[in-house]
Amino acid sequence: MTELLRVQNLTKHFPVKRGLLRRQVGTVQAVTDVSFTLAPGETLAVVGESGCGKSTLGRAILRLHEPSSGEIRLDGEDVTALDTRDLREARKRMQIIFQDPYGSLNPRMTVRETLAEPLLLHGMATPANIRAKVDELITMCGLSAWHADRYPHEFSGGQRQRVGIARALATRPRLIVCDEPVSALDVSVQAQIVNLLQDLQRQLGLAYVFISHDLGVVRHIANRVAVMYLGRIVEQADTEELFLNPRHPYTRTLISSAPRPDPTVARHKLPVEGGTPSAMALPSGCAFHPRCPMAVDRCRAERPELRQLGGTLVACHRADEAVEGMDVAAAGKDSPALLRRLEILEQARTMQA
Amino acid sequence: MAEPLLSVRDLQVRFRSGGQSLRAVDGVSFDLMPGQTLGIVGESGCGKSVTSLSIMRLLPSPPAMIEGGQVLLQGRDLLKLSEAEMRKLRGGRMGMIFQEPMTSLNPVYTCGDQIIESLRIHSGLKGKDARDRAIELLTLVRLPSPEKRVDDYPHQLSGGQRQRVMIALALANDPAVLIADEPTTALDVTIQSQILDLMRDLQDRTGTAIMLITHDLGVVAETCQQVVVMYAGAVIEKGEVQQIFQDPQHPYTIGLMAAVPRMDTARGRLATIPGAVPPPWQAIPGCRFAGRCPLADDRCRKSPPPLRPITAGHEVACWKAPIEGARA
Repeated sequence: MTELLRVQNLTKHFPVKRGLLRRQVGTVQAVTDVSFTLAPGETLAVVGESGCGKSTLGRAILRLHEPSSGEIRLDGEDVTALDTRDLREARKRMQIIFQDPYGSLNPRMTVRETLAEPLLLHGMATPANIRAKVDELITMCGLSAWHADRYPHEFSGGQRQRVGIARALATRPRLIVCDEPVSALDVSVQAQIVNLLQDLQRQLGLAYVFISHDLGVVRHIANRVAVMYLGRIVEQADTEELFLNPRHPYTRTLISSAPRPDPTVARHKLPVEGGTPSAMALPSGCAFHPRCPMAVDRCRAERPELRQLGGTLVACHRADEAVEGMDVAAAGKDSPALLRRLEILEQARTMQA
Repeated sequence: MAEPLLSVRDLQVRFRSGGQSLRAVDGVSFDLMPGQTLGIVGESGCGKSVTSLSIMRLLPSPPAMIEGGQVLLQGRDLLKLSEAEMRKLRGGRMGMIFQEPMTSLNPVYTCGDQIIESLRIHSGLKGKDARDRAIELLTLVRLPSPEKRVDDYPHQLSGGQRQRVMIALALANDPAVLIADEPTTALDVTIQSQILDLMRDLQDRTGTAIMLITHDLGVVAETCQQVVVMYAGAVIEKGEVQQIFQDPQHPYTIGLMAAVPRMDTARGRLATIPGAVPPPWQAIPGCRFAGRCPLADDRCRKSPPPLRPITAGHEVACWKAPIEGARA
């Protein structure tokens, strides 16, 4: 398999400084020893709860946060070793989309001006053809050319995310880090943006690192999934494998905690107490042991390394033990009435068009 | 059949802004039965939060104007009460939980003080009795080491713990009705699941009726017995949770259900609902969904469909329902 991105032992720790002399009093271990690869056109989802380090990881890949250690290779080139000028060149090939693109759009510039800037700067367009280039970009993202002459505040949340995607696409990247791109959107708008991201991936061969806490969206969009807990990847597998056969107790907890839009399935919930501990004072051994229903002495003493188990990478001493009543991901089904009526609506829509 | 505890009848709310009159809630009616959980679902701007705030009479007026309807709590119309009488009800017979507890808890008082104040006002408890009851409530909502936490300020707690304090506060005076507006939206899934379990347990124990406002269909499927679906300020479908999820009738409900990517089943391309919600200043003579509905015809565009029963307990506001055999 060809490799677009290789992240090797990536670590990002933030010093915590206090007092007059700004003495370092601790370290937030946001991301520790994270490794994965990504092929062109592939989507790797990074899931976890708030504070697990997933957003820091996304930013560290683009060097928006300078990694503490580790290596990031894009097309074989070590991004961590690049100087400012070469890094700018490399950033053409990797871009990011945020949860709220408002923060990345200049409110005083029209969308056309915002999109024209990177195109001209990177020599992807000339003043002569810039108008057509921007129009092409914006229609590719499902907006009309006349939208380009408006300001960011005139757009709805979904439209603004389309502009954010157009901005990311301007430099023709091969990799896009998507940081919770649909979390703030209503369900019906979320579906439109998810479809757009999938269409663009097919058309342009984009690879996504898709950061999300929404397991439904992840199951739908990702080829592979990495689950993070307190800065480390605790499980990584192909999407189907991860959802049908989750190995790490934390993954099982996550999956069994997510409410399902189906009143006919009786959910088997795994008990989990409390919340995530602070990334400044990590528990000994396995970081999940204080909340883990399966924890034994070994888990408190010795941190489990990631190991291969079938097609899954998992960091748990007891991952290969059979667990009873762990059918956490019992398959759900859409109701026949819903599917039948959806079909009728789709048909009517096609007839209309 | 039992009497409804809370009954909303033809509620009409408008906002006045810059000479314009905006429709926010247009003829909403539903009943909340004792011991039941009723879910109100819809996307942003559908009027679900305005409905709940109107029930509590918490909308600032102006700009908000409750122009018609009734909110009956055990037969008494809340819209006719004085502000002093309303204050007695809020935190007493009616409790409320919001999405972000940090904005509804007072940052300069300890959690305990806030619960004690509510107990003093509504139940007349004082001194050690009130403090003991506050600790008892914090124990009830499973806050770890409640006898210590009672003296903590809100900022010393995590998001999930703050929401527990908020629930303790809402339940302090044994309310008959609990209104929860997106109570778990800001929380992580493992914490969300703990809070939803807690609400269910407390309901089993106290018999409180819950009105749950949410955009999350998963939360609805899991916690509600009755569901009201809102669109552009109106109820477009309501029924038992099984009826709404297994037998959705309104084209909007159908679209909404199919747009959710599910964790427990692989789906093809997600269904979408083309178009957007009509803006609140636009007058809509017919069905408010007609502009986005592929089945809409002249009647849909000209006259508004009333809510009508389609099966026992299941009502839908659509001329075309059931849409099998319907023709545009």
